[in-house]
Amino acid sequence: MNRINQKLQEKSNEKLLSIYFTAGYPNLNDTATIIQDLEKSGVGMIEIGLPFSDPLADGPTIQASSTQALKNGMTTEVLFDQLKDIRKTVNIPLVIMGYFNPILQYGVEAFCKKCREIGIDGLIIPDLPVDVFNDRYKSIFETYDIINVFLITPQTSEERVRFIDSISQGFIYMVSSASVTGSSSGFGDIQTDYFKRIAKMNLKNPQVIGFGISDHESYAQATKYAKGAIIGSAFIKNLSKNGVDNTEQFIQSILN
Amino acid sequence: MTYNINEKGYYGEFGGAYIPEMLYPNVEELRQNYLKVMAEPEFQEEFNALLKDYVGRPSPLYFAKRLSEKYNTKIYLKREDLNHTGAHKINNTIGQILMAKRLGKNRIIAETGAGQHGVATATVCALMGLECIVYMGEIDIARQAPNVARMKMLGATVVPALSGSRTLKDATNEAIRDWINNPVDTHYIIGSVVGPHPYPDMVARFQAIVSEEIQWQLKEKEGTTKPDYVVACVGGGSNAAGAFYHFLDDTEVKLIAVEAAGKGVHSGESAATSVLGKEGIIHGSKTLLMQTPDGQVTEPYSISAGLDYPGVGPMHAHLYKSGRAEFIAITDDDAMTAGLELCKREGIIPAIESSHALAVFEHKKFQPDDVVVVSLSGRGDKDLETYIKHFNL
Repeated sequence: MNRINQKLQEKSNEKLLSIYFTAGYPNLNDTATIIQDLEKSGVGMIEIGLPFSDPLADGPTIQASSTQALKNGMTTEVLFDQLKDIRKTVNIPLVIMGYFNPILQYGVEAFCKKCREIGIDGLIIPDLPVDVFNDRYKSIFETYDIINVFLITPQTSEERVRFIDSISQGFIYMVSSASVTGSSSGFGDIQTDYFKRIAKMNLKNPQVIGFGISDHESYAQATKYAKGAIIGSAFIKNLSKNGVDNTEQFIQSILN
Repeated sequence: MTYNINEKGYYGEFGGAYIPEMLYPNVEELRQNYLKVMAEPEFQEEFNALLKDYVGRPSPLYFAKRLSEKYNTKIYLKREDLNHTGAHKINNTIGQILMAKRLGKNRIIAETGAGQHGVATATVCALMGLECIVYMGEIDIARQAPNVARMKMLGATVVPALSGSRTLKDATNEAIRDWINNPVDTHYIIGSVVGPHPYPDMVARFQAIVSEEIQWQLKEKEGTTKPDYVVACVGGGSNAAGAFYHFLDDTEVKLIAVEAAGKGVHSGESAATSVLGKEGIIHGSKTLLMQTPDGQVTEPYSISAGLDYPGVGPMHAHLYKSGRAEFIAITDDDAMTAGLELCKREGIIPAIESSHALAVFEHKKFQPDDVVVVSLSGRGDKDLETYIKHFNL
């Protein structure tokens, strides 16, 4: 069974904190250290960002970290090489989040195959649309048991949420608000109404909320309505400010 | 066989809508409505009235006698440079502002490189009394000061794009991010035949007035609706899309797309996407794209700010791949020389973009009875400083 399904679809009420970071930032070879420290600190799932020159769903923090990571020399090959032994030390689900063009250039099948060899469990590709995935790539993902995670937003119609649920595995990535990543923290009535609305739909897949979560309060609020929550920009800001040795303190400040 | 778009939003294998789910409702709303709205008689009436009385259409199809003598062929210039705001860009912004109003949007965003599309957008927003925000790379803001001033005079807010390479592609990213952040009240007026479906098709249809006019104007002058050649420069490709549109499926009309070779196609400073690009995804569209082997978008170069885009519209990617259009790359120097030649021979100062198209005559031999229509997409006022520097005027 895919680690994502194992972890997220287990019946327990335990909530899950997922962390996104941009591979190659702050330094090219921090990737494995960051992943290991995150697991040790109690993080339930990790999204490893494959940097892209034009990350159009991301706000300034992730943009800047991507630009720096590329300057540091990060490439798809380098990332796969850094991850080749990661399963010797890390057990939680690992997901690669990246834009479609670098994956397309590597070759979608070659990319999925490599992910399976390394032990990557899923991909989040924000600009790969659902219909293109279904028509052209679904069977490749299935061959290598790689879960493709789909997004929903407050503007996604109920009918489309149901459709996305029907073709999803693992979990549904719930974008908290109409925004790019790293926007203002905290949730108002519009967000909580949306969280409640989705929670009431009794979808077959658990939901994990991302975008706009940066501290204990927003984490607690999100996980009141969903199985888990994802933090990206706030963790990257912490890396910028406090370096790679501060991961445990940061995670503890979110969880407790 | 058609070279136009199919019902799924692709030109051959190029096009589509490679967008994050956050943009799906916006793009889907547009996709479901654009053809319906454009077909409404009231829409057509308003669009055509503004093109006539505000833009100044039809733009003349001018027989360039002295240029024709020099190259021993029949050269016609489609005078988009005589439009209000000085280029073909306004055809599209007029169409899209009317579309935005029909869709109930009251906030307009746009990207701009050199500022021509930004000015054309600010112009129609002033005309309609709508809020206008134009994203422009920080570097472009510094080097295109007069257009920044024009946009401000027209009431637009110019927001610097500070990310990435701080030029056109980053301004486009910022506009897309704005649209993600404002999904309900905002319409994004893309300036070229790029972006997710239905943008390439919608923009091409608004620019199609150019080839529609060429047909009847040529009929009056030459007794035929069909030129032997249509020549246009291609950055994103909106003026070429308009000039080619009604000839796409008529293979008796040969199409020539002129790209910017910069300092030479293989100099490392070029924008010749058809030669240097590889299939990829940029700004929501599958097309030919200049990129590293690893799939990172690279920064193009041309002396002409309107041609240095790392991708090309999916229509043109298909015209290239299928061989329907001939693609020629013209260097900075050759374009500038051709521009000056037009000044001296015809008394017309062309935009440097259009000068690339004019350079075709030094590059390719035409027969004496060939009718060659060149899209003179814009006027050269905005480029005076570049001309002055280049020729030490």
